[in-house]
Amino acid sequence: MIKVRSIKRTSVLLSLFTLIMFGFGYALVPLYDVFCEVTGLNGKTGRIYNEEAKQLITDNQRLVTIHFDSNINGNLAWKLKADQKFLKVNPGKFYSVTYTVENMINEEIVGQAIPSVSPQIASLYLKKSECFCFRNQVLKPGEQKKLTVRFELDRDLPKGVESLTLSYTFFKAVKDNKKIS
Amino acid sequence: MYLVFSLIMFFIGGSMAMIIRAELFQPGLQFVDPQFYNSMVTVHALVMIFGAVMPAGVGLANWMIPIMIGAPDMALPRMNNMSFWIMPFAFALLLSTLFMDGGGPAGGWTMYPPLVLQTGKAFPFLIFAVHFLGISSIMGAINIIATVFNMRAPGMTLMRMPLFVWTWVITAFLLIASLPVLAGAVTMLLTDKYFGTSFFSAAGGGDPVLFQHIFWFFGHPEVYILALPAFGIISQIIPTFARKPLFGYASMVYATASIAILSFFVWAHHMFTVGLPINGELFFMYATMLIAVPTGVKVFNWIATMWKGAMTFEAPMLFALAFVVLFTIGGFSGLMLGITPVDFQYHDTYFVVAHFHYVLLTGAIFALMASAYYWLPKWTGNMYDEKLGKIHFWASAISANVLFFPQHFLGLAGMPRRIPDYSVQFADFNMISSLGGFAYGISQLLFVYIVVKCVLGGKKATGQVWDGARGLEWTLSSPPPYHSFSKPPKVTKALMEY
Ligand code: HEM
Ligand SMILES: [Cu+2]
Repeated sequence: MIKVRSIKRTSVLLSLFTLIMFGFGYALVPLYDVFCEVTGLNGKTGRIYNEEAKQLITDNQRLVTIHFDSNINGNLAWKLKADQKFLKVNPGKFYSVTYTVENMINEEIVGQAIPSVSPQIASLYLKKSECFCFRNQVLKPGEQKKLTVRFELDRDLPKGVESLTLSYTFFKAVKDNKKIS
Repeated sequence: MYLVFSLIMFFIGGSMAMIIRAELFQPGLQFVDPQFYNSMVTVHALVMIFGAVMPAGVGLANWMIPIMIGAPDMALPRMNNMSFWIMPFAFALLLSTLFMDGGGPAGGWTMYPPLVLQTGKAFPFLIFAVHFLGISSIMGAINIIATVFNMRAPGMTLMRMPLFVWTWVITAFLLIASLPVLAGAVTMLLTDKYFGTSFFSAAGGGDPVLFQHIFWFFGHPEVYILALPAFGIISQIIPTFARKPLFGYASMVYATASIAILSFFVWAHHMFTVGLPINGELFFMYATMLIAVPTGVKVFNWIATMWKGAMTFEAPMLFALAFVVLFTIGGFSGLMLGITPVDFQYHDTYFVVAHFHYVLLTGAIFALMASAYYWLPKWTGNMYDEKLGKIHFWASAISANVLFFPQHFLGLAGMPRRIPDYSVQFADFNMISSLGGFAYGISQLLFVYIVVKCVLGGKKATGQVWDGARGLEWTLSSPPPYHSFSKPPKVTKALMEY
C-alpha cells in the first residue's frame, strides 16, 4: 500500500524546490541592485558620457542649490572636507567642485568613497562625468590631496526639488571591488 | 523526543528571559554587563524560536499526523531521525558561544550587518547553528508533505483532513520556501566577514539594507511558521469542547493558504524606517492590512464554532480560549504597527516587544500548552491532573498579561528595546512586568510536574478521551499501539463529523 515511488518523487521535487529557493536568495542581490539602479532608491548617483554631454542645453531660468557633505567611516584615519559648502547651479550645465582629503597617520591607506544623494528622487538626475569615487584613492603617510567631481544636474529634475545634498563617505577599501557608480 | 527537547529549550530560553527581566527590574545596571545582556536577548530569541516553538510543532506533526490520516508512520522515518539529531548538535554550537572569548552573539536575533559582523569568535558558530537548524526544519517539512500527499488512508480526502494536518502542510511549504533564503543571507554574512565579498558592505559597493530585505523576506513567513500550527491546534480543540463541528471548514483552509501566500509580500513592514520610497511604504502597509482579513475570518470561525455549543472548560479548552482572545490582542497591536506613520513612533520600542510576545507566547506557546493537555491522555494512556492543569492555566494566563501588557505602555511612552537600562519614568511598569515574568517562569515548573505525574500514572484514559473529539486518532487505544494502522482504516464522512 505504501507508495514508495511516489514518496521518493515528492521528496526529490521538494528538495529541488529548496535548492531553487536558496538560489533565489542569491538572486535577490542582483535584483535589488537593478531595482535600485533603475529607481535611484539608494541614493547612488547617475553617470553621463561624452556623446550625451555634447547635447546638453542649459536651463538658465532655474537655480538649484547643492549642498556638499563629507563623512569618514569608522576606523579610517582620514580627514575629508568639501572645499565649498554649497553651490547654486543651472540644470544642464557642467560644474566642478573639489574636496580635500588628508591621511592623518603614518601609513599608506587605500580608501573608497561612496556617494549618496538626498532627497533620493534627485539622485539619478545628478550625473557625473568625472569623480574620485569612480576608483580607489591611495594616500601616502600624511599626504594631502585635492579630489575633483565634475557633474551636471539634469534638466528633467522634478520641479519640486529646489535643493539637494551630495554626500561622500570614505571607507577603507576592501579587496574585492565591485564597480561603483 | 522533539517535545522533550523543546521543553528543555523552553526552560533554557526561559532562564535567559529571567536574567533579562531581573536586569530590567530596576533602572540602572545591577546584575549583568550590557554586552552579556545583549547576548541574552539575542540567544533567548533564537532558542525560543528555533529551539522551543519550531521543534514542538514538528514534534506534534510527527506524532499526530500519521495517526490523524491513518498512516502507519511518517513517509521517511530515517530522515526524521536525522532532522532530530541535528538539533541538539546545532544548539550545542549556539550555546557554547556564550562561553567563548568575546561572548555570544549580541547583535539581535535579526543579525543585521554591520553590527553582527563585529561578533567575536562566536560568529561562525552562530552562522553554522542557523544553517543546521534550517536544514533540520527543511527535512522535517519535506517529510510532512511526503507523508500527507502519499500516505493518507482510503477515504481521507484532502478536504476531510483535520485542520491540524492542513495547517502543517501549508507551514511545511512556508518552511521550504523561506528557510533557504535565510540560509543564503547568513552565508553572505559569512563570506562578507571572511572571504572579502561585499554583499552588505558599502565600501565594496554592497548595501546593508539589502540584508534586511532578504532577512525579512524569510522573517515574516517565519512568524507564520510559528503561528499556523497553533491555528491548527486551536481548530482541533475548540470543536471538541464545544461539541460542534468546526464552523466554516473550507474557509479555514483557504484562509490559512492565503495568509501563507500573503506573508511573502509584507516583509518591509519590519523596515518602514529605513527610507523606503513613499509608494513602497504604501504598498507594504496595504498588504499588511490585507493579512488581517483571513486572520479575522479564522477568529470569526472559532467564535462561531462555540456559538450555542455545549461547552465545557477543561485545561486544553481554557488555553485555547485564552489563545483566541490574547492572539487577537497581538493581532491588533500588529495592525497598529502596520500603519506606516504610526510605526515610525513605535518601531524598536517595547510596543513591538509586547506585540510579538502576545502572538508568540500567549499565542503559539499557549496553543502548544493546549495541545499538550489535549493529547497527553492519548500519548500516555493516563489522564493528567485536571485540577493542577487549571491552576497552571490561570497562573500562566494572569502572569503573562502582567508580564506583557505593561510593555505596551512602556513602548508608547518611548522605551527602546534591546537596552539593559532605562530612564526612571519607566521604572514602575518595568517592575510590574518583571514580577509578572518571574511568576510566569515559576508557573511553568508546575507544567513539568503535571506532565511527569501524568506519564508516571493516573486515572486510565479511554481511547475516546474527550467525548466531543472526532477523528482517526481517537479510534485508537490510549496509548496507541506501536504500529497503528498497518492496515489502512476506511475513512467515511460520518467518522469525521458530528
Ligand atoms: C495581523 C497580523 C500581524 C500584523 C499586522 C503584524 C505587524 C507587525 C509589524 C508592522 C511589525 C514590525 C514592528 C516594528 O519593528 O516596528 C511586527 C513585528 C513582529 N511581529 Fe507581527 N504582525 C502580525 C502578526 C504576527 C504574528 C502572527 C506573529 C508570530 C506568530 C508576529 C510576530 C512578530 C515578531 C516576532 C515581530 C518582531 C520582529 C523583530 O523585530 O524582532 N506578528 N509585526
Ligand atoms: Cu512581519
